[in-house]
Order: sequence, then C-alpha cells, then structure tokens
Amino acid sequence: MTEPVLSVRNLKVEFPTRRGRLTAIDDISFDLMPGEVLGVVGESGAGKSITGTAIIGLIEPPGRIAGGEILLKGRRIDNLPPDAMRKIRGKRIGMVFQDPLTSLNPLYRIGDQLIETVQTHTDLSAAAARNRALALLTEVGIPAPASRIDNYPHQFSGGMRQRVVLALALAAEPELVIADEPTTALDVSVQAQIIALIKRLCRQHGAAVMLITHDMGVIAETADRVAVMYAGRIVEIGPVRDVVKQPHHPYTKGLMGSIPTIATESDRLLQIPGSMPRLTAIPKGCAFHPRCPARFAPCDQVRPELAGRDRSQVACWLYHDVPAPAELQP
Amino acid sequence: MLAFIIRRLLQATLVMAVVALIAFTLFRFVGDPINQMVGIETSLEERAALREALGLNDPVAVQFLRFIWNAVQLNFGISYQFKKPVLDLIAERFPATMELAIVSAIFSMLLGIPMGVYTALRRDAWLSKLFLTLSLVGISLPTFLIGILLIFLFAVTLGVLPSFGRGDTVRLGLWDTGLLTWSGLKALVLPSITLGLFQMTLIMRLVRSEMLEVLRTDYVKFARARGLTNRAVHFGHALKNTMVPVITIAGLQLGSIIAFAIITETVFQWPGMGLMFLRAVQNVDIPIMSAYLLLVAFIFVTVNLIVDLLYVVVDPRIRIDARGA
Ligand SMILES: Nc1ncnc2c1ncn2[C@@H]1O[C@H](COP(=O)(O)OP(=O)(O)OP(=O)(O)O)[C@@H](O)[C@H]1O
Ligand SMILES: [Mg+2]
Repeated sequence: MTEPVLSVRNLKVEFPTRRGRLTAIDDISFDLMPGEVLGVVGESGAGKSITGTAIIGLIEPPGRIAGGEILLKGRRIDNLPPDAMRKIRGKRIGMVFQDPLTSLNPLYRIGDQLIETVQTHTDLSAAAARNRALALLTEVGIPAPASRIDNYPHQFSGGMRQRVVLALALAAEPELVIADEPTTALDVSVQAQIIALIKRLCRQHGAAVMLITHDMGVIAETADRVAVMYAGRIVEIGPVRDVVKQPHHPYTKGLMGSIPTIATESDRLLQIPGSMPRLTAIPKGCAFHPRCPARFAPCDQVRPELAGRDRSQVACWLYHDVPAPAELQP
Repeated sequence: MLAFIIRRLLQATLVMAVVALIAFTLFRFVGDPINQMVGIETSLEERAALREALGLNDPVAVQFLRFIWNAVQLNFGISYQFKKPVLDLIAERFPATMELAIVSAIFSMLLGIPMGVYTALRRDAWLSKLFLTLSLVGISLPTFLIGILLIFLFAVTLGVLPSFGRGDTVRLGLWDTGLLTWSGLKALVLPSITLGLFQMTLIMRLVRSEMLEVLRTDYVKFARARGLTNRAVHFGHALKNTMVPVITIAGLQLGSIIAFAIITETVFQWPGMGLMFLRAVQNVDIPIMSAYLLLVAFIFVTVNLIVDLLYVVVDPRIRIDARGA
C-alpha cells in the first residue's frame, strides 16, 4: 500500500478566549493519498479552514495545536521549528485562499510575487525565475503572459486573479494543495473553470488536494473522497460516490437533501433546521443531537466516535453498538 | 494622469484664494492701515492723500484683486514695525524655519518608523511597551514644556548644547544655512527634538496600527502560506503597504510642523518665521501676519499636492483610477 501524503492523527486545535477555552478542532483524523482529491464540507464555523491552517502551521497565537499530530509523507510536521515549517509551506504544501481579490498584494506586480516565491524555494537566477513565472502563468491559462507578467493584481479580473493565485500556490511543485473555498468569491460563470483547472493541474503535477467548499455539487464532480465536518469534528468520511449517494449520518443526509448545482449558487447548507452550536457550548453527547431528526437514547449522553463501515466511516449511534443502558444516566 | 494633476492644481488654487481672502480681510479691516503707518501728528489731508495713493478708496473687489496680484508677485507690502519690505524679512527668516522643520520631520520619521515597526512586530516585548508608554508622554506633554525640560537638562545642567539661537550660519546664495557649521548643528538638536517629538510619537503609533492592520490581511497570510521568509513578509509586503498611508500623513504633517514651529521658535528664540509672526501679532504688524498666513497656506497646499503625487507613484491602483478619471 502506498504511503499517504498527509496523515492527520487526532488533531486538536484550541483558542483561549475570554469565555474559556474554545476547541475549534476536536480530535480529527484522516489520510490523504497521493493524487487524491479530498473534499471537506460543513457549515460555516465547522472548522474547515482551521484544519487547513493547522496543516500549514499558520494557526495564529494564542490559538494552538493542543494535541495530535500531522504527518507529511510519514514525517511529523506539526512540531517543526518555525523556519523548517516555513520551508515546507509553498514548497511541499501549497495553499489557495477563498478570495483572489485580497490574496495578492496590490502593490506588487504579479510577476514579482511569482518570482519572489520561486526564488524562495529554488536556487534559480532572477532570469530563470522569470521564465518559470511565465511558464506558470501559461500553465494556469493567462493569455499572453509575457505582456501580463508586469501588471498589478487590480488589472486582472477575479477569475484571472485566482489563476494567478493558483500559479503561486503551485510555483514550487507542492505534493499537497489545500484549496480553501477557492471559488466562493468568484463569479458563478468562472467557478467551474477554476475548479476544473485546479483538478487538472493537480493531476498533472501529481499533487493531492484538500478542497474545502460549501458546494456539494463541486464535491460530487471533483472529489474522490469527502469529509463532512460538524462543530470541529468529522462526522462522516468516505468515497464521494458512497457519501453522496448513500449518506449515513443524519447531518450528511440533510446536506445531500438539496445539492445546489454550480448554477444555483450554494445556499450555504441552511436546509437543516436550527444552527450549529457555539464552540464554547457544545452539547453533551453527539454535537448534532439537538437538530437531529433521528436522535434516540444515547445521543444526548455519549459522544459517538468515527468508526468504520467498509470504505466509509461515520460517527453516529444509528450505526454503532449502542452503549449499555447502565452507562447512560437517566 | 494629467487630468488628475490639473484637478488637484485647481483645488489648490481655490484653497489659496480662500486664504487670500482671509488675509486680505485681516489686512483691510483689522484696524486702519493708515493709522498703523503714520504718526499722530500727520494731518487729515496727508492721511487722505495716502489713502488715495494706496488705493484704499477703491471698491473692495478691486482692492482684493490688487492684493492678490501683489501677492502673486511676492509683494506683501512694508512691515509696520521694521519699515522694510515684508518679502525681505521673510526671506531672512525662511531658511531658519525650514531647516528646523525639515530636520524635525526627518528626525521624527527616522525614529518613528522603526519604532512603529518594532512595536507592531514585537507586540509583547518590554521595549515595545516602553515605547508605547513614552509615546503617551510625548503626546500629552505640551511642546513648550518639553522644550523647557530639554533646555534644563542639556543646556543648564549638562551644558552640552546651546539653549537659544541658531549658532553660526553660512550664506549659500539667498539661503542662510546652519547645517554646515558645528555650532549651527548643535543649536538645531534641542529645537528639532522638541518640535519633532510629537510627530515622532504620532508616526510611531500610526506605523504600528497600520502595520498591525496589514499583518492581518489576506495577502500577508498568503505570503506566509507561500513560505516567504519573515523578512520578506514583514519588510517587503507588510512595510510597503504600511508606508502608503504613512507617507500621506507624515507628508501632511510637514505643514503642521511648520505651523507648530511658532511655539518651538519662541522657546528657543529661534530666528525663524514663527517668532517673527508672534512679534507681528503683538505689534499688529498686519502685512507680516497676512504674508505669513499666505505662506503657510501655500506650503500646506504644496505639500498636499506633492503627497498626492507621491501617493500615485506608490500605489498603482490610484494611477489607473486617475488615468480613467
Ligand atoms: N482566531 C480565532 N480565535 C478564536 N476562535 C477562532 C479563531 N479562528 C477561528 N475560530 C473559531 O474556529 C471555528 C472554526 O472556524 P473556521 O474558520 O475553520 O470555520 P469554517 O468551517 O472554515 O467556516 P467557513 O465556512 O465560514 O469558512 C469558528 O467557529 C471560530 O469560532
Ligand atoms: Mg473557512
């Protein structure tokens, strides 16, 4: 069996706040195989971005990784000294953020931002780095890159800017690309193009992708596997075909209830009544139980763990052995 | 770009016209110019003749236009106190004030910017806390008190720096400079610290808050996510973006440094325009007052214009918008 590019083991991320410690990520684990596209979905505040941020080691203090480990090709990276981690960022893990309009420094020509990134991670001369930048721009589909390379970000449209951002993320041929809602801020008409581009480029470069999105339609079309997050935990993970066609967790079922197509603009998964609990006030038992149509005895008492059902795993008492009544308090 | 410059020039002209109106009103209506010029023994006929000769009987609009016409030719009239052309008096004092203001501005930026950057990057270091506390003191102490404290410490107690005057100066064409002699430089130290301290704290706080803001932006986050070194992120991306508003404010402050110089010049008996203006106010020397007003307004407007143009050079987005406009 091949080694996973990325292994997240029991990851826990905490933020100290005035109202006590907030656990944004609570014990999540998953693997990402080379070349695989893992979709990550879940409501706003579920912890998708924080997971990505933790992987590239950019959680802002006082937030911190409070437990677990992150392995890149079998090597732990969550406890590396800052400069060693910096060398991994961009070089081995590329990141694309939601908003191409604000991801590029408005005062730097895009060529300078590209050359700077290339030169940070390679020994290329300035001229060679510029050629590399031109090649990258060509690759992401910027027409006439030679005449565009010295333009400033505001001279590009949103979709073009996201292509530049993608070129920047891929500049050093990373093994893993984390794309955090790469199309949410874009015009609907270019969303599909960008998603297709990400998928094509990552396949060509052999990079694995962690694709964070609200859009189940995008997941269904793009991802190999999907992880569904709720209140800082993964509630269901498995191959896209299984999870989309036969969701098990009641939350996932709710999400799949109305897959917004790319054309109808995601409606932010609000079809499930109620809202996600605040992370400082996560209910006992299963965090989803107050909203769950199928809840029963153990749900408000004991938290279900993510456990296997062939290729997928789900954290729900409907599919596990229910704990003995003695363990449940009345 | 050209349209942008022309628009700015028109605005500047408008501002100057308004200031000229105020200066003219001062000139024309605060006291009777004739009374200020002549002795008590001058006869009524002589006064009337003088009034006619000076054009004070013409319609106000004509007088205003004449005032502007004169001002444009740098003819600000004759000082009541010194009986000399105001232009000559200003030309004598202008270099002293400008040197003081520019040295203060440089001092405030050379210290304020690095301190601001340091306090933004090392938010929890004790030195940052010290800087911030000291800057509070700098902002809340009045200028004259700082001046007097400095004089007490360095001139009276330690006796290392002069407490008043400009020291020796060297004449370069029309410009009397104190920057080329040792005593001139020594004399500049205390006044420019006094004048620049407030600006320095202001710039430090401005740089700090702008930098903290910039450090939170997505492009800084993305720069970090690309693995750029801290140096490239902090002193390349973050600092460059921080400097855009800082240049504006610091530039605009040059105008107020010149205006504030009045107090510092008084404390240090600095032979500049501020001191001259204060004397003029005490003696109701209206030609000097109105000329000073016009000059300071002119400097403000010019600085403003230069800052706007600099802004265009630094920020490519404005370059485009301006071209479109
Ligand atoms: N700096 C911070 N301090 C305190 N709490 C934070 C901080 N950053 C994030 N959080 C908490 O972590 C939780 C998860 O945030 P995250 O950004 O990962 O959500 P998300 O799933 O990406 O949501 P969205 O879909 O809106 O992007 C949020 O509920 C938020 O309360
Ligand atoms: Mg997010």
